[in-house]
Amino acid sequence: MKLAAFDYASPATIEEAVALLASRSGNAKIISGGQSLVPMLAFRLAAPELLVDLKQLQGLNRIDIAEDGVRLGAKVRWCEIERNERLKGAHPLLVEAIRHVAHYQIRNRGTVGGSLAHADPAAEMPGIAITSEAELMIVGSKGKRIDKASDFFKGSLSTSLAPDEILTEIKLPPWLVGRRWAFLEFALRRGDFAIAGVALYYDMVGGNIADIHIGAIGVGDRPLRLHAVEAVLNGRKLDDVAIEDAAKAARESIDPPSDIHAPAEYRRALLTTLLARALRQSAV
Amino acid sequence: MKVNFELNGKRVETDVEPRMTLADCIRDHLRQTGTHLACEHGVCGACTVLVNGEAVRSCLILAVQAQDERVLTVEGLSREEALTPLQSAFRKHHALQCGFCTPGFITTAHALLTEEPEADEDRIREVLSGNLCRCTGYLPIIEAVLEARSAYTHKDDK
Amino acid sequence: MRIPNSYIGRPIERTEDLRFLRGRGTYVADVNRPRQLTAAILRSSLAHGRLRGINASRALAMPGVHRVLTANDFDNEIPRIALRLQPLPQLAPFHQPMIADKKVRYVGEPVALVVAETAAIAEDALDFIEVDIEPLPVVVAREQAEAALLFEEHGTNCAISWKAFRGDADAAFKEADYVRRGHFKVQRHAAMFMEPRGFVADWDGQTLTVWGAAKTAWYNRRLLAASLRLPIEAVDLIEVDIGGGFGSRGEFYPEDYLIPAAAKLVGRPVKWNEDRREHMMAANHAREVECEVEIAARRDGRVLGLRGQIWSDIGAYVRTNGGVGPRNVAQYMSGPYAIENIDLKSSMLLTNKTPTGTYRGPGRFETDFIRERMLDLLAKDLNIGRLELRRRNFVADSQMPYPLASITPYDSSTELDSGDYHAVFDRCLAEFDWKTKEQFSGRLIDGYYHGLAVGSFIEGGAAGPKEEARLVLETDGTLSVYLGSSSVGQGLETIMAQIAADATEMPYEKIRVRHGSTSHVKEGYGAYHSRSTVMGGSAILRAAEQLKERIRALGAERLGCLAEQVMLDGERARYGNRTLRFADLSAFPIEVEAEFLNNKQTWAYGTHAVHVAVDAGTGRVKVLDYMAVEDVGRTINPATLHGQTIGSIVQGLGGAFLEHLVYDANGQLLTGSFADYLMPTASDFPKIRSSIVELKRCPNNPLGAKGGGEGGIIPVGGIMANAIADALKQLDVQPMELPLSPPRIWALVEAAKSQVTTRLEGENGK
Repeated sequence: MKLAAFDYASPATIEEAVALLASRSGNAKIISGGQSLVPMLAFRLAAPELLVDLKQLQGLNRIDIAEDGVRLGAKVRWCEIERNERLKGAHPLLVEAIRHVAHYQIRNRGTVGGSLAHADPAAEMPGIAITSEAELMIVGSKGKRIDKASDFFKGSLSTSLAPDEILTEIKLPPWLVGRRWAFLEFALRRGDFAIAGVALYYDMVGGNIADIHIGAIGVGDRPLRLHAVEAVLNGRKLDDVAIEDAAKAARESIDPPSDIHAPAEYRRALLTTLLARALRQSAV
Repeated sequence: MKVNFELNGKRVETDVEPRMTLADCIRDHLRQTGTHLACEHGVCGACTVLVNGEAVRSCLILAVQAQDERVLTVEGLSREEALTPLQSAFRKHHALQCGFCTPGFITTAHALLTEEPEADEDRIREVLSGNLCRCTGYLPIIEAVLEARSAYTHKDDK
Repeated sequence: MRIPNSYIGRPIERTEDLRFLRGRGTYVADVNRPRQLTAAILRSSLAHGRLRGINASRALAMPGVHRVLTANDFDNEIPRIALRLQPLPQLAPFHQPMIADKKVRYVGEPVALVVAETAAIAEDALDFIEVDIEPLPVVVAREQAEAALLFEEHGTNCAISWKAFRGDADAAFKEADYVRRGHFKVQRHAAMFMEPRGFVADWDGQTLTVWGAAKTAWYNRRLLAASLRLPIEAVDLIEVDIGGGFGSRGEFYPEDYLIPAAAKLVGRPVKWNEDRREHMMAANHAREVECEVEIAARRDGRVLGLRGQIWSDIGAYVRTNGGVGPRNVAQYMSGPYAIENIDLKSSMLLTNKTPTGTYRGPGRFETDFIRERMLDLLAKDLNIGRLELRRRNFVADSQMPYPLASITPYDSSTELDSGDYHAVFDRCLAEFDWKTKEQFSGRLIDGYYHGLAVGSFIEGGAAGPKEEARLVLETDGTLSVYLGSSSVGQGLETIMAQIAADATEMPYEKIRVRHGSTSHVKEGYGAYHSRSTVMGGSAILRAAEQLKERIRALGAERLGCLAEQVMLDGERARYGNRTLRFADLSAFPIEVEAEFLNNKQTWAYGTHAVHVAVDAGTGRVKVLDYMAVEDVGRTINPATLHGQTIGSIVQGLGGAFLEHLVYDANGQLLTGSFADYLMPTASDFPKIRSSIVELKRCPNNPLGAKGGGEGGIIPVGGIMANAIADALKQLDVQPMELPLSPPRIWALVEAAKSQVTTRLEGENGK
């Protein structure tokens, strides 16, 4: 499985990188960690004429924790998230979700930006982005723009990125103290892509659920916010009846795909089970 | 394109097509065949090498991306006179049969124990779950890595 | 007084490890010849069709491409791969041509070969070869067998049916108190060894040398020589280090011919390495079986008979050993149990899928799944304990040799040689601590249903007819051991050195084992069916006896005595107080060659037990404890055998839970990578324990050993399914198909729950 031929450039600035992308009218791709792109090249599922390496670009691998939120540069690697002590307290949901990404060797190369741009519907980072209403910073030949996560993911392996655009940063809203949360995913083996997964968080106001955010991965062509389920839970006590109602709403609001690993009915039931378990877990 | 990096402690330079992976470069251009190819799509771990001390899948890195990096393969982790403590532990526990996946386990275990000499069994299993072995069923590999830990903790005593 | 050598039975560290651990092994991808070119194979992307034409002009125009070879380049009559085992004339129509000839019959079938400067260029060129195929309807399931004929002349897609028979099954079923029927399926999966296959072939005008041989080099050499119309002596197949085989590597495949043929045509060395995607569609698949079977029993649980039909989906051609698995499913269904009346038919069905061959414990993994499930179902129906039911049915040692079912056509009679099945069964239950764990059976604890199961099996080994060994006492006093056995990762160099050391009394360090090249011995057979220790080891014993006679004879001349008076003492010959070093015996190396002939299989056997926890909500199954006990008669190296047992069990767990080669309705292989074909990793099955015992020597070979190393895999599917049924017995979930993946377990639970609901509603509605 040798790769097909392509040209390679390793620009020093982001402006150069954007110009290189623009110069090939859609036949150029970014490479950074390469953990998603290179396998596709090995299977000859993608055939770019030019790879633009972000290796030399500065300033894209910062982890910033501030009052207005958590910023991760696009080149931040999974191992860096794992090793960052402050992040555990600053965004526990993110840290827990990232624990499930791939394997040791991949975690040393794979990046936040790469995962978001690749947009696998079962991937954890896109799931966290959707659940937390993240913002994505993008640079292209037309300048800078900010995309909401809910607008960014267009479908399976498809995002709003134009061929000449580069994702530079993701910003997650600040995490509130005392927040309740859970992340549960089910994969056939540790480190595999999730068959289904749930990320959720909410605040407690007067003993009731408030401002709940629930995201699901693996059950659509993109990571999903389960608004219908959120509507069922907001303003209520978290008890068995609420969990039952939430499960029912989840079952009815998703239309999962089938593949060789799991048929749609299984994914639907699995997501429902994971949701119920995640809600119970969050209450502890 | 010319690429220039450090391989097993020596500076090397070779001319590669951009499409050549680091694995193929190491094996074919630089004649170090201890790094093995079993899948070429980043799942099996047989091609694991260390880049700047970190275990990575060399079939997923382009040779040109290794410019100015420090690369260590299983050959670079070996000594002529004797097996290293990690290698001896593998031999003692019969942690290899056909030997094809072994270089990938050696490099990965070395990287892990260098960073985390106190790693427990769960952590070792977690890290090694990125390397496939078809012969051993993994038990003896885990035992070997557990035993090898003492060689890595003693390093800190100096 | 010297202490005799006793290397046999010791867990000696392996000599192979010294190079493998340093990355200094030489696998075929590491072999390079001067001026070599690299080949890539164009494979059919359609599952069934007529080959209308191939246009390679665009590929040939690419820089770096030297040749594109198709069927036209090879011979008027494309040679075919003849069967190595069970070579019945009625199977000849289904031999695979070395390259697709007029028709393609599976996705992955070789259609053309590119020879180029580099692997990358060769692969680039594949996209520029136009192949015109007229599609034909595709057959991927038994129900579709009428959709199209793979071999029109044959008139059916059933290649052959084996029949396993013993006693009078119909009579037994008539008189039985109880009959239970079951319908089972085992999924297609494969050996999936880690090192992809490869060859380097070099023709110098007189001799064809091919690196990359394995397993059955002598047979392959004969077939290759004949296919290329060369004398056998002009062909040498060399085995280098091998990254696993498990029954699948080393059999003769189309590439075994294509690469050497290309080297001969092109006049330069040709190298080929398959990649993983190719491997999945090109290397032998295995195990896809469906079975309708009935078991007949007396009220007290004594099994009287087995009767039924097995269908094996063998893919598009019958490969070199394609009949072995299907035959074994029928012949070995009785396992270690005394079942006197058997009537099983096993049909081999041709489909538009990759052809199949043997994979560790061929047919045995499948048949043990079927039988052990049936025994647990029987126990439940008759309300007899699962342990007691098995105990009532084991073959006793006093009944041995105990003939198993006969097979027709192609008689493969065999008998169980020796064994104490009860003792090993009890030993396993004790080490597993069944008594204590029994309390967990069927209970729901912390969200998991707990279940137990136990199962026993037999493992056939040491296939004949013979093996050769050549010993050379070198002039420096070292001993070279040349073998017909081949290495497949089982520690051959070490084990055979242990045997040679004990047999010759020479120091272990002075012995070097060389194996698997056709120039090493005149007629070798190879490593398969767990035969190397028994066959190769016994050949070494024979050769060692001859060597010692030669040494005594030479020593007698020099020491001035009779041969019988010469004492052999490690590295010296002695008479009285006169000694002579072996190194000084002769100016030339002293060589002997011996063979060991044996047509009696050995029968290792064992029992495994397991404790699982099932999450009914997700279908996930955790293996909490797994205990394996096996009797191999005599162990040569307990460390290597234990290693093989654990590895074999984990492969079995992969087959029970994870591994599945999936085709769609068009015959496209959907599992094309390690992201789709899931194998066990280090985190999946942490708790596995194993003990090897040496209770019953094998009476049929001088070592007293029984072939071991495949056994671990055999009972795994059956006991996992039984343990899950035990865990979910409240719901009466009965798995009848493998794999036991989470979606399938979940579906069984849901179906069972809705049946309960229906029943309750029915009752309420009364």
